[in-house]
Amino acid sequence: MKQMLECIKQNALEQLASLSGEASELEALKVRYLGKKGELTAVLRGMGKLTPEERPVIGQMANEVREIIEAAIEEKAAELKEKARAAKLAAERLDVTMPADMKELGHRHPLAQVERDLCDIFLSMGFDVVEGPEVEYDYYNFQALNIPENHPARDTQDTFYITENILLRSQTSPVQVRTMEQQRPPIRIVSPGRVYRSDAVDATHSPVFHQLEGLVVDKGITMGDLKGMLETFAKNMFGSSTKLRFRPHHFPFTEPSAEVDVSCFVCGGEGCRLCKGEGWIEILGAGMVHPNVLKGCNIDPDEYSGFAFGLGIERIAMIKYGIDDMRLLYENDMRFLSQF
Amino acid sequence: MLLSLEWLNEFVNTDGIEPKAYCDRMTDTGSKVEGYEILGCDIKNVVVGRIEKITRHPNADKLQICMLNVGKEELVQIVTGAQNVFEGAIVPVALAPADLPGGVKIKAGKLRGEASNGMLCSIAELGLTLHDMPTAIEDGILIIDEPCEIGQDIHDALKLSDTVVEFEITPNRPDCLSMIGLARESAASFTRELRLHTPTVKGGCGNAEDYISVEVKNDVLCPRYTARVVKNVKIAPSPLWMRARLRAMGVRPINNIVDITNYVMLEYGQPMHAFDYACLDGSHIIVREAVEGEAFKSLDDIDHTLKAGMLVIADENKPVALAGVMGGANSEIKDSTTTVVFESANFMGSSVRVTSRALGMRTESSGRFEKGLDPENTMAAVDRACELVELLGAGEVCDGVIDVYGGKKKPTVLPLDADKINRFLGVELSREYMEDIFRTLGFGVADGMVFVPSYRADVECMQDLAEEVLRIYGYNTIKATPFVAGVKPGRLTAKQSYEQAMKAALCSVGYSEICTFSFISPKYYDKINMPAEDARRTSVVITNPLGEDTSVMRTTLMPSMLEVLAHNDSHHGDGAALYEIARVYIPDEDKTKLPAEPRRIAIGMYGKGDFYALKGVCETILTESGIKGASYKACTSNSLFHPGRCAEIWADGKLLGTMGELHPDVAENYGFDCRVYIADLDHETLFELSSTERHYTALPKYPAVTRDFAFVCDEALEVGAIEDVMTRAGGKLVVGIKLFDVYRGAQIPEGKKSVALSVSLRADDRTLTDEEADKCAKKILTAIENELGLKLRA
Repeated sequence: MKQMLECIKQNALEQLASLSGEASELEALKVRYLGKKGELTAVLRGMGKLTPEERPVIGQMANEVREIIEAAIEEKAAELKEKARAAKLAAERLDVTMPADMKELGHRHPLAQVERDLCDIFLSMGFDVVEGPEVEYDYYNFQALNIPENHPARDTQDTFYITENILLRSQTSPVQVRTMEQQRPPIRIVSPGRVYRSDAVDATHSPVFHQLEGLVVDKGITMGDLKGMLETFAKNMFGSSTKLRFRPHHFPFTEPSAEVDVSCFVCGGEGCRLCKGEGWIEILGAGMVHPNVLKGCNIDPDEYSGFAFGLGIERIAMIKYGIDDMRLLYENDMRFLSQF
Repeated sequence: MLLSLEWLNEFVNTDGIEPKAYCDRMTDTGSKVEGYEILGCDIKNVVVGRIEKITRHPNADKLQICMLNVGKEELVQIVTGAQNVFEGAIVPVALAPADLPGGVKIKAGKLRGEASNGMLCSIAELGLTLHDMPTAIEDGILIIDEPCEIGQDIHDALKLSDTVVEFEITPNRPDCLSMIGLARESAASFTRELRLHTPTVKGGCGNAEDYISVEVKNDVLCPRYTARVVKNVKIAPSPLWMRARLRAMGVRPINNIVDITNYVMLEYGQPMHAFDYACLDGSHIIVREAVEGEAFKSLDDIDHTLKAGMLVIADENKPVALAGVMGGANSEIKDSTTTVVFESANFMGSSVRVTSRALGMRTESSGRFEKGLDPENTMAAVDRACELVELLGAGEVCDGVIDVYGGKKKPTVLPLDADKINRFLGVELSREYMEDIFRTLGFGVADGMVFVPSYRADVECMQDLAEEVLRIYGYNTIKATPFVAGVKPGRLTAKQSYEQAMKAALCSVGYSEICTFSFISPKYYDKINMPAEDARRTSVVITNPLGEDTSVMRTTLMPSMLEVLAHNDSHHGDGAALYEIARVYIPDEDKTKLPAEPRRIAIGMYGKGDFYALKGVCETILTESGIKGASYKACTSNSLFHPGRCAEIWADGKLLGTMGELHPDVAENYGFDCRVYIADLDHETLFELSSTERHYTALPKYPAVTRDFAFVCDEALEVGAIEDVMTRAGGKLVVGIKLFDVYRGAQIPEGKKSVALSVSLRADDRTLTDEEADKCAKKILTAIENELGLKLRA
């Protein structure tokens, strides 16, 4: 009997060792040796014929054999599972360089992105965003901004007219006046939007373009405040090491007036292609609101002062994204739009 | 405005200031420099030489061998092909190695065997023209007849060296369109002395009043008219120094009298005109408004028809000049002119501007006048012109000045409130410092008041004074004060936020934003098949458009969207999904009122899906807008859309927009050979009905059961109608209806379709039993049968 058990153990282990294939073979093996009608069971059934002395010895031995076979089967099962998993994984290998199945998001227009960036910065600085009509009265576009009829400053802004008194606004500045007429200081607004000038379309001109105008009016606003505000803005927009340079200029609706350059954010002021070797990029116009403009809106210039600034959104977009032809912005080619 | 630094040094000593430093500082103090050019720097090693001996070239008939004295011990041999040389001629000699304009390098060499150690130069080879050197010939060596020394550098002999600075002068500073104005700015900017010159005229040749009288009919348009008379004029080229300065300033020398008027204009900023006295009928100058239709030929030989109100200078019979714009051909200075009347007048800026624009004549003169010139300047300018006449020996000046002047304008006097200026600028400058700045700029300062000089009409108030102080002190010197955000945070209005949310939603479903012009061609309304009676054909019209293509303000975004889609279709094969949120312009019936500018949402797509894909985008917009219960109504009558593939979107009895497939006729107009899907939505109404409020509804605790239905119905029956009946009949147990199949073909009769829907049923408070679900399904079936006559498909 001992021999039989030993033989079963031997056979089972040998067969297990040589088993290479499927889990089903393993199951068959398990049934063959350990099943109810299996060989080991058959041996145990024959235990009744043994002497009482032999019985526990053989019983123990039989249990040991069962445990050994069970353990071996389990081990084999794990091995086979491992093997099968490995084979499956190997078979499931993907070519990761094949193209992605991408859910394409739409793209914001670069001008809209810049406008939103600008507005976000100014919103964070306590400005409201105010809009005004694009088809505007001459009064708001010019007269109220200290530009009377036949003033040479009108030459620099060749204007589209609808009637004698109605035009397409040539700047966002009329919103300043409309705001000051409706709201008492303190005022802190920006106004983005479309403006129109009769410039033929070319790489740097468009008859429709976008500006953003800012206005702050309160008691005791100084030119130093203007500089401080613009510095905060420029650092947010162009990077924290950005510096500003002011150059005296003339706008009819501000006094003093300045053109403002930012240090080139590509070369940091060393001089490069973007800044044409200057180290500076002209970015906006600004100044202290002219007393005539304040008076025209019934704001006493002796009590209140303020500053205004304006910048071209196309210009910033072109600088920021390296766009060399303004026409691309209005052509709306998908191959262009999808780059932003 | 160009500025010769050589000329500037007559007024301000700029020794020790490098051109770059000069330009930077001038820009910083408000006279913006565009750039500068060093004249003559392209000429090197060219000197004055005298031809001592000429011999024929032994091997070439057309060449001559010149021996030149260039101020050195040895003569220089140069071979020339020019025929106008002679022994004793003074000529420019390029001594090899030499540089000439245009990158020409002169090297020593042999010409047909004879050594040639340089080149004799013509005017063109020195970069000059006959205007600069009137006695030269074009196709020969320049024979120098100016006083000069043998061996002298040609730059000095012909005054070719100068540095010319280009300024961009803002329209408020016409005084800086002159040497004197910029000299004043230069002196103040560099704290150097300004040396101005007072012209003196000897005169002594009769009296101007015996020759001419002046009558000003409109002293508003012509506040001052000053004139002098010069007799025995000898028209000749002006001297080298004057020609050189004019050349540096970009003005072409003509003859002594014309050059003098230009020279004085550049020096004083006062436009001058010279009339040929012989051409003035009646010896009488009348400054009057033109008669409507009056003819006038300007001295550039162009005929003009004048409008009433344009100011002219006339004699008794005819206009002889367009005031402040240009002289007439009929009284132009000619070589035969013997008596000249110099006009130095002041004209009202806006009048000159209107005239010059109406006639399309922008001149140096009109450009200055229209900015508003100083009437005080006319006298000094006319005296300076006469002084130059005497200096140049161009004629004899009559005594007396004709000066029609209503009287000096009262000077502007402003209090100098240093504290106020400091507070306004955010600086702390002493009163004395400010006073010094004003003095160097030519302002008077006394008793706490600032007296604004007449040439600074732009200075009118404290803020203007502050700017004067600031620009000399330095814009970049003042300290920035930290900008403190107020207590009130900035925020977008609800409508602005809504617009941003819609843009974000559209981008998230794969649509890209476009930006198109607000004006279109009126023909575009035809191109989109807009009916003739459509109110949107009435647009805001631009009176002076760039072209017909951009002549009306759009009342619909559709044409722009279709143009962009068509552009994409013809440029790449990738399809496009686009949107634009922009204003349209709806004119008011009252033309004196501004148009309404409502925003619309245009959506356009091809090659990225079908009708239902676009409908999905509309659904996204409705969902993001929080608009519930919108319905789609088939619309067969919109000429922009396919009649069988168009829906109007309604909610709360309001039309939110129209969407569908582009009508094949319109698609053809735009050259599409694919199906195009568009939507035209009303941003204003969408916003009005939108809601950002969201409320939590408890998640369902009990499972839903589904019941599937299939019906065979007429092709024309809309699924929406079946769903409506189901929703109504099923009551509140119905939590969802899903169309899962529409089938046509075998077993389904022609003109019919099979529609299969799955209805989800659920109760909030219990698990529905099969009996309950069946009961509900039965109710639905009964209603479908009663209302639509449909039976469950077997």
